[in-house]
Amino acid sequence: MNRVAITGVGVISPIGQSFATFTQNLFNGHCGIGPITTIPTERLLVKIAAEVVGFDPATHFEPRRIGMLDRVAQFALVATREAMARSALPLDGDRAETTACLIGTGVGGLNTLDDSFLKLYGQGAARVHPFTIPRLMVNAAASHITMEFGITGPAYSIASACSSAGHAIGHAFHLVRSGVVRAAVVGGAEACITVGTMKGWEAMRVMAPDTCRPFSKTRTGMVLGEGAAVFVLETLDDARARGAEVLAELAGAGMSSDAKDITAPDVDGGVRAIRAALRDAGLAAEDVDYVNAHGTGTAANDQTETQSLHRALGARARQIPVSSSKSMFGHALGAAGALELAATVAALRSCTVPPTVNYEETDPLCDLDYVPNTARSAPIRAALSNSFAFGGLNAVLAVRAV
Amino acid sequence: MAELMDDVIDIIAEKARIDRAKLELTARLDELNIASLDVVEIVFALEERFDIQMPYNANSTQREFETIGDVVRAVEGLVGEPA
Repeated sequence: MNRVAITGVGVISPIGQSFATFTQNLFNGHCGIGPITTIPTERLLVKIAAEVVGFDPATHFEPRRIGMLDRVAQFALVATREAMARSALPLDGDRAETTACLIGTGVGGLNTLDDSFLKLYGQGAARVHPFTIPRLMVNAAASHITMEFGITGPAYSIASACSSAGHAIGHAFHLVRSGVVRAAVVGGAEACITVGTMKGWEAMRVMAPDTCRPFSKTRTGMVLGEGAAVFVLETLDDARARGAEVLAELAGAGMSSDAKDITAPDVDGGVRAIRAALRDAGLAAEDVDYVNAHGTGTAANDQTETQSLHRALGARARQIPVSSSKSMFGHALGAAGALELAATVAALRSCTVPPTVNYEETDPLCDLDYVPNTARSAPIRAALSNSFAFGGLNAVLAVRAV
Repeated sequence: MAELMDDVIDIIAEKARIDRAKLELTARLDELNIASLDVVEIVFALEERFDIQMPYNANSTQREFETIGDVVRAVEGLVGEPA
């Protein structure tokens, strides 16, 4: 079994359009939630989100190419360029076909779908653009990455709503560890702040009207986000042999299904995924120094996740910091697990725990150390990143310092 | 307003799959064990039926309505409001 190194990371997020800026804002507790600017809001009841403000595709892509790229694929490609530049992963010779590309995304090219259907149903257009299908298909981001970098190994997208990136990264990790491939370009991307999507989320009655306050008694729900984070994984042996900088070891991935309710979270399902990740990584509960929580800011998630952590980590749960980065960059759905792994890697590398911002008041049902509002120094040798999705699909990643 | 009350109770009975006879005005919603997603669908159905906008956030610790009667009164109030 190979040990698996993370040798590249790239981030497009509401709190920074590079890993360095993202990390700085994360530790400064900068909240990227604000009034929606990218879509009309007259018909929305919830008028806030965490948008990637100022992302200009023209600075990243030739005009001809932009026509083929939904915003979600644009995010994924730009994040991949940063990750590949940092890693300098070789793709010559047979390396191209022994490299995988897996991108988690919850829904794919929703901007394309929304625009097309508005024209077709709303404005009576006779036809839609011929690129509608290749832009909206859920695998578009993964495919464009393979084409831009010449990755010819296994490539596909993984969809499990809010755990999509967690599952994609966990699965790629297992492919590299077992030797199916030598390297993987993996992450998550989402860009679905559209009028249609916002109305759908509004109707579920789980959206906060003002901001995201995970684990706080005053929390009023989640805030939609967007963005992408992409990592380069390779065997630790390969990374060392070519002198690549190892950002962290991806040590384990645990996955589980609640098999209970299509939207309500479940304590047992979370416990199984956390325990599976520890087992997979060969870590004991006592080894975990930090948990980057799923922490959506809904009443149900935060209380359920707290119970899962108590059950899975025992006494250790009370001894370690647990924080929700969604308080800063919102809930990026299919990209969430990747953005949060980036936050976890940043924490591990700097021995700094990112805060849970907007925290106001202790909830007796959420009784862990959530690192309210201000980052904190702490020794971090190993950390977990939780993703718990609608549909009861859970993915937990474990990283370790090397 | 008896017709409105009947409509509201019909919708709750149908969406939550609860025997209509149990839905007295004093019945408490939390004791009827209505699943959270069913509550969301009930609110949606009431909004559609009466062309109203009901304030309801599943995360709110402050309960907008606690009994069947509260729901009926909330709908009555909203129907009476100018659009």
